[in-house]
Amino acid sequence: MSWLINSSIGRKLIMSVSGIVLVLFLLFHLSMNVAAVFSAEAYNTICSLLGSNWYAVAATAVLAAIIALHFTYATLLTLQNRKARGSNRYTVSARPKGVSWASQNMFVIGLIVCGFFILHLSQFWYNMMFTEVLGHEEATLCDGTTIGTTDGAAFIEYYFSHLWVVVAYLIWYTALWFHLTHGIWSAFKLSGGTMRYGSNDGKLSPTFWLRSSSSASPE
Amino acid sequence: MDKNINIKVKIWRQRSPKEKGFFETYNLENISQGSSFLEMLDILNEKLINEGKEPVVFDHDCREGICGMCSLYINGHPHGPDEDVTTCQLHMRKFHDGETITVEPWRSAGFPVIRDLMVNRSAFDEIMQAGGYVSVNTGGVPDANSTPIAKDKAEMAMDAAACIGCGACVATCKNGSAMLFVSAKVSQLALLPQGRIEAARRAKAMVAKMDELGFGNCTNTGACEQECPKSISITNIARLNREFLSAKFKD
Ligand code: FES
Repeated sequence: MSWLINSSIGRKLIMSVSGIVLVLFLLFHLSMNVAAVFSAEAYNTICSLLGSNWYAVAATAVLAAIIALHFTYATLLTLQNRKARGSNRYTVSARPKGVSWASQNMFVIGLIVCGFFILHLSQFWYNMMFTEVLGHEEATLCDGTTIGTTDGAAFIEYYFSHLWVVVAYLIWYTALWFHLTHGIWSAFKLSGGTMRYGSNDGKLSPTFWLRSSSSASPE
Repeated sequence: MDKNINIKVKIWRQRSPKEKGFFETYNLENISQGSSFLEMLDILNEKLINEGKEPVVFDHDCREGICGMCSLYINGHPHGPDEDVTTCQLHMRKFHDGETITVEPWRSAGFPVIRDLMVNRSAFDEIMQAGGYVSVNTGGVPDANSTPIAKDKAEMAMDAAACIGCGACVATCKNGSAMLFVSAKVSQLALLPQGRIEAARRAKAMVAKMDELGFGNCTNTGACEQECPKSISITNIARLNREFLSAKFKD
């Protein structure tokens, strides 16, 4: 299996598979969080179901490993690709039309996503799962507020009453959007998606999923 | 209507692979917009020779868009600003009076500069030698329809075979990747029964050679497809991915 590391297409496969797992996690995370919009109580029930239970901790460890893998490969690929580009850069270069800006700046966008991700972890994960794993039932925030580790709704209320947090999250979502529009499309392209009905413009259209699943079958 | 224009050409000069290159700007007057880009360079070279200076070295051969010899990164685009043409098919009517045209060689670690605008593309030959062929002699032209081939496959194979191996894909790719070239060469054979038999071995060998020669990793930006003078589709890259992955998983 050394070809996964030694060949360019192997490395591409790792990026796309790890990326897709992360997208699946985001979908899972999203569906849990939607509960908070409707009922704080329902959301807190979910929080206590996950919390520091062994399965949630195990899943977190797996996720962390996948993120590390995705990040390591992204760094490796970026370095290798810069080298392949050569030491002499073009004086004039234009982005051809039809090429999305996101596709050419995945690493930088990824770094932005990572930065906000750390912020997000320090606000929620650290105070909720991590504090609970350490054996505390309450987390003390920097301004002295204490919130129960499974009272997710209270955390959301606390943090999102700060305007800068809201702005930061909006920036984060935008970056994530750009990262994922190219990432998801590219991952499907890897396995031959959009093959026969050929949308090559790198955009996700409503019929994209249908097309990519129906055309992924071998010819 | 075509008219005569005065232009400045800013050209990359580099005496040898090791020496440092630099830009030099030349003024050209009364260039007919009906002339081709390479004819404009011929005029420049004639002028330079008459002045006792070194002419600019650039690659060219057929001058009708089929051999893949011409190159040049013109104003930020391989083969210039026009769409779906090679540099030799590019006309001066794409430029306007008073314009400064920047001409650079392909810049990629896989294609080192030999001199001025000429780069060494023999890496592509090495990739072809690694597997871009059919091992047996398939004889003369077979009778039509003696080997039935579905129309859509024949067409896809023909489209892939349109690749002239000029290297514009590598030149424009921010990753310096040769995937579009390799995928076209793998596809043109993999789609046809004669080439199908060796498809798995070919995909593995050609990808291995491509990686070995220091070309970058494809990240599906799609710039290659946009700039390719022969409009080779990145669908070929998806096909190569699949050929390669299924071959590796079978091992
Ligand atoms: S010189 Fe032959 S393709 Fe341009």
